[in-house]
Amino acid sequence: MSLHTLSLTEALKKLEQKEISSVELTEAYLERIKELEPRLNAFVTVTPEEALRNAADADRKRAEGISLPLLGIPLSIKDNFSTSGIRTTASSKVLDDYIPPFDATVVRRLKEAGMVLLGKTNMDAWAHGSSTETSDYGASKNPWNTAHLPGGSSGGAAASVAADQTVAAIGSETAGSIRQPASWCGVVGLKPTYGRVSRYGVVAMGSSLDSPGPITKRVEDSALLLQVLAGQDPMDATSSPTEVPNYLKNLKKDIQGLKIGISDDYFEGVHEEVKASVEEAIKTLEKLGATIKKIKLFHPKYAIAVYTILQRAEVSSNLARLDGIRYGNDRSYFGEEAKRRIMLGTYTLSAGYYDQYYNKALKVRTVIIEDFKKAFQDVDVIVGPTAPTTALPIGASEGQSMFGELADVLVEPSSIAGLSGINIPVGFSKAGLPIGMQIIGPQFAEELILKVAYNYEQENPLYLKKPKIGSSA
Amino acid sequence: MKLDIQHIAKLANLHIDKEEEKRFEEQLSETLDYVEKLNEIDTENVEPTSQVTGLQNIAREDIAMESLTQEQALSNTKSQHNGFFQVKAILENQ
Repeated sequence: MSLHTLSLTEALKKLEQKEISSVELTEAYLERIKELEPRLNAFVTVTPEEALRNAADADRKRAEGISLPLLGIPLSIKDNFSTSGIRTTASSKVLDDYIPPFDATVVRRLKEAGMVLLGKTNMDAWAHGSSTETSDYGASKNPWNTAHLPGGSSGGAAASVAADQTVAAIGSETAGSIRQPASWCGVVGLKPTYGRVSRYGVVAMGSSLDSPGPITKRVEDSALLLQVLAGQDPMDATSSPTEVPNYLKNLKKDIQGLKIGISDDYFEGVHEEVKASVEEAIKTLEKLGATIKKIKLFHPKYAIAVYTILQRAEVSSNLARLDGIRYGNDRSYFGEEAKRRIMLGTYTLSAGYYDQYYNKALKVRTVIIEDFKKAFQDVDVIVGPTAPTTALPIGASEGQSMFGELADVLVEPSSIAGLSGINIPVGFSKAGLPIGMQIIGPQFAEELILKVAYNYEQENPLYLKKPKIGSSA
Repeated sequence: MKLDIQHIAKLANLHIDKEEEKRFEEQLSETLDYVEKLNEIDTENVEPTSQVTGLQNIAREDIAMESLTQEQALSNTKSQHNGFFQVKAILENQ
């Protein structure tokens, strides 16, 4: 039995039935990380000592009869989540030697739930990008073809899951950073509603958009992790008091009568193979009892413009705190992409330009929100491709100041509106690269989109197909 | 559009060299041209949305809570003096 191929749900069951110990499971993953890291570079920091200590502790607790939702489960965490006593760089040399004295709320919740921390995953520096090529620690590679990018910014996280270097990963999305790499790496990526999961202790990017969420092998794993992550946090004033449902309760119910919306604009300019796979997946959903309805949504190109202004502005403000005085290195350590974004944001917020750019973008955001609200009066969820292409080759993002926006055109509108969305694998290109479909729901519709994703996954269990990387795969 | 890159760099407290100046001027102009699209949308009577939760005036009880110790707060600084962060002089003597 290969322990590293287990899904979260399967691993938990084996731990509960004492078929395996957490130490055995953790050792299997640490071995797998060691074997594949020279080719994948999915991690900035691997924490074997911490992991084995957590695992031994979990085994001891289980022996004492203690039961916790993630007891003994090895996870990777994106390197923009503060981890007490463990280096947290956000893949930038500015934070090369930064060791947080506290845990992000997400990390605290995972620890309380009994997780084992394998390490911190690579990302675009400060999460600025959709490739991981802006990481100061080198790009991560796509496990399906190491000449290709994993996507980003949670590229290391998605690669670590696809390559079975971890049971599951925690990533974060501002606009696409969970769904797009999940799509390119052929795994499940859930972007919760803005405010569903606390941002406290996450290296801030676009504060009105940032949403932490899980990247997993299976849909059920995603529901399990969201259960641990979701909930109001006194340390984050934008975290929502909306009640957290039991995400597993209705997961396996059918989708008979579900109304699915499709917008032609979301298929425009999309690669033929991606389009064909997603259209096939929509037929599968129809077969499962859903009805399809054509809808007209606001053209995604405007969302790119809104996002570009809001994100750069919020970045310039958030990264102003990096002064090299209290922690980290000084501002000369910023890479080119961060500087470019800080500069644009500084300009659009500077005297005389606020109304023309930032305020205008905030108003168009209102228009986009209203547009989605109207659409959700007629349909329950909206589906479409997650990304216009499959994983692009290494080097594709270099010198492209709008690379991320064009790779994320199909996920930016729903991010701007703060909606919930999930990527699920729906096929492969002829070249063997994964294709993903996104299911977008209204705010706080995680339960529903997880159910739709689960139903699809049962029909087309692509998680059974693994990349041919590593001797034991 | 003519952008004063060095002025923006000064506001952002970044050092931008001559080569970067030229590149950034082109790229920033290009991006600003792209976002001009938004002027196609009439927002005359639309309220701005700064964040999407609809939550307002979120406050907590004013009770002291556990926080970082002085030692923890200083644990990442490269320059400290007598338990304080040490910074360069901001105001100079006349």
